[in-house]
Amino acid sequence: MAHKRREMLIDPLVDNNPITLQVLGICSALAVTSSLQVAFVMAIAVTLVTAFSSMFISMIRSQIPGSIRIIVQMVIIASLVILVDQVLKAFAYEISKTLSVFVGLIITNCIVMGRAEAFAMKNGPIDSFIDGVGNGLGYGLILMLVGVIRELFGSGSLFGVTILETVNNGGWYVPNGLLLLPPSAFFIIGLLIWAFRTWKPGQVEEREYKIQTVEAH
Amino acid sequence: MSDNDLNTKKGPIRRFLDAPADSVGKTVFVAVALCLVASMIVSAAAVALRPLQEVNALKDKQINILQVAGIYDPNADVVESFQAFEARVLELETGTFTDAFDVASFDDRTAADDPATSVALDDDPAGIVRQGKFVTVYLLRDDAGAIDKVILPIHGYGLWSTLYGFIALEENGNDIFALQFYEHAETPGLGAEVDNPRWKSLWNGKKLADESGQLQISVTKAVPAAGKDYHIDALAGATLTTAGVHNLLNFWMGESGYAPFLANLKAGDI
Repeated sequence: MAHKRREMLIDPLVDNNPITLQVLGICSALAVTSSLQVAFVMAIAVTLVTAFSSMFISMIRSQIPGSIRIIVQMVIIASLVILVDQVLKAFAYEISKTLSVFVGLIITNCIVMGRAEAFAMKNGPIDSFIDGVGNGLGYGLILMLVGVIRELFGSGSLFGVTILETVNNGGWYVPNGLLLLPPSAFFIIGLLIWAFRTWKPGQVEEREYKIQTVEAH
Repeated sequence: MSDNDLNTKKGPIRRFLDAPADSVGKTVFVAVALCLVASMIVSAAAVALRPLQEVNALKDKQINILQVAGIYDPNADVVESFQAFEARVLELETGTFTDAFDVASFDDRTAADDPATSVALDDDPAGIVRQGKFVTVYLLRDDAGAIDKVILPIHGYGLWSTLYGFIALEENGNDIFALQFYEHAETPGLGAEVDNPRWKSLWNGKKLADESGQLQISVTKAVPAAGKDYHIDALAGATLTTAGVHNLLNFWMGESGYAPFLANLKAGDI
């Protein structure tokens, strides 16, 4: 049992990562990764919401009527997200302003809904909680990886601490402005998916079509 | 014990929990109970955390006033730096300061909701429905005690939300020093680009009215006939937010806004 739970925690980090394998939660991954600090807070927020919503949904799973189960899940997820938003506004006002609508949009993050529907409805509360933490961390891991690349090469710093002195501040590094814009995260996530699938070829999906080979006459 | 014995010993709650989840009664019960619990948790959090949030919001507003006045120093204490301003309550209609309210406790937004201190607008280009008769303005004086800059609160509707901000004017009441919004919920990447430092820097040095006193300031795509001195380039992809900024600015700088005050300022009566 303990072994299974450890797997549940570690599996979503690489082998079953919600972003690179399931390709969920891309929208917020584009929006909040231009600085590491913001990405870090977002990762924690999503992890907490996924873990606790999975746990609560799992606790009442036998009582949830099938006809309104998505609504029930949404109410629980939305309440938790509002809670996170209120706490951020009280204790991390600056970051909550930068995150703006993206905290609220955790409600519609497919990872949270996906784990609730696919896992928490069929498993016990503790397992669901661990599964939620694992998937939140898997999302957070990619967020941090993208954040490191974007902040380091986009503004020459990590967690706001200057690493590469930029030209604007009298240094030598010319920052890459593209990395501060959301589209750059598309490229980085795309490259990450490529890297992950080269490392673990089992993640490569089977083609839905076959390329026709033209034989020479 | 057989299953039959167990069933007879079950209380009403147990029997209800064991009932099929898909029955109508259960569906209604789960929906109502869940909503009650969720709303209690959410409201408890909102009420409990409100004092802390208000402190943060006030500090953020003060930082924005310091920034728009161009004297913000991230390393200095906000409350201390804020002492540089003289806050006054302004009566919009006469354009003069009033001491009828305590400036420290006067809240513009509460006053704008109170029928005694506000008017319902018929002509409402800024989309604010009710306008307060009194607003808090901030004066920055130079070493000799003469007015250096005035910081005026402005707000109006964009695409999704009301934008709240400040405009800082030079002592002549016509030259814009800076404009900045501190609260809005416009689309990130499009309308929210009103926070973009490069766009905000366009405002510096623009003029509100031409030499004849006609209000000319515009935030549009094309440069109007009045010329570049009165024009701020619109934000690409944010037509409605930009139109909102244009309308609210013209409203607040016009006769129902700060025009009487600015006239007094130009005449040297303040």
